[in-house]
Amino acid sequence: MEWLRQPWPWYIAGPLIGLAVPALLIAGNKALGISSSLRHICAACFPANIPFLKYDWKKESWNLFFAAGIVIGGFLSGYLLRSPDPVAISAKTVQDLQALGIEPQTGLLPHEIFNWHSLVTFPGLIFIVAGGFLVGFGTRYAGGCTSGHGIMGLSSFQLPSLIALLSFFAGGIAATYLLLPRILLLIR
Amino acid sequence: MKNIKYLLLGIGFGIALTKSEAISWFRIQEMFRFQGFQLYGIFATAIPVGMLSVWLIKQSQVKTLSGEPIAIPAKQNNHGYIIGGFLFGIGWAFTGACPGPLYAQLGSGLTVTAVTIASAILGTWVYSLLRPKLPH
Repeated sequence: MEWLRQPWPWYIAGPLIGLAVPALLIAGNKALGISSSLRHICAACFPANIPFLKYDWKKESWNLFFAAGIVIGGFLSGYLLRSPDPVAISAKTVQDLQALGIEPQTGLLPHEIFNWHSLVTFPGLIFIVAGGFLVGFGTRYAGGCTSGHGIMGLSSFQLPSLIALLSFFAGGIAATYLLLPRILLLIR
Repeated sequence: MKNIKYLLLGIGFGIALTKSEAISWFRIQEMFRFQGFQLYGIFATAIPVGMLSVWLIKQSQVKTLSGEPIAIPAKQNNHGYIIGGFLFGIGWAFTGACPGPLYAQLGSGLTVTAVTIASAILGTWVYSLLRPKLPH
């Protein structure tokens, strides 16, 4: 049990994540992808006569079960298998983040930014609300997310997915170097 | 319930995402700063495992559990992949999460992630609304 609590190295987790591709195909011809669940939620709850949201989302309900499973998996890892130590990122990253006012800590998200109180601050709104909005808007515009393009698309040798993945990185790197330092300045 | 198997697969996927720290904001920063190998290692092993599986499935014409032939839908290339991809990348750096990790973060007890998910649903809805007017 103890080794399960430790963070898993990439050479264990990566192959397991890759196996989701054949597992879903064999389970029922499903292509790994998660951002679609956000579209199904829109189609189920707020279709508002929008053509892109008029389809039989119930036929895609497997995707919502898969997403619910991820919530449960996160819960099991967060409570039963919780790692007691701060995430072991490189010393250089620690140094860079400290320069921006973020200290090393346990847990998945920096509590300086991600808490209910910060929602009423400008940086909190940017990171949580604008960040979430861009994840939803961008993945649907791009036709998939890191799983759908990065893992599933590349696994099935699809060039558009490589273009999408490179664009994800371009956006992430631009945000990390150009936007993050300016927004984090406002927290201090 | 035919959907239970997807719930179980989702649980396994969620545990692997969380325990590998692929859903850690800190790890995502390390990745975008090119200062660590963890997330690159995950991509570099997950993708070949996926490729090999897809190849084996095609070679040996494996069927689904219910006996259907396996078909993989093709992604249609368009400009949205670049524009939308770039916008998503910014959101990925801000939230430290793509859609899968958002669900895992919520499950692991970070309740404020519910707001991030609600914002992502709103983002998807606004895209759906504006879709006819956006370049693709």
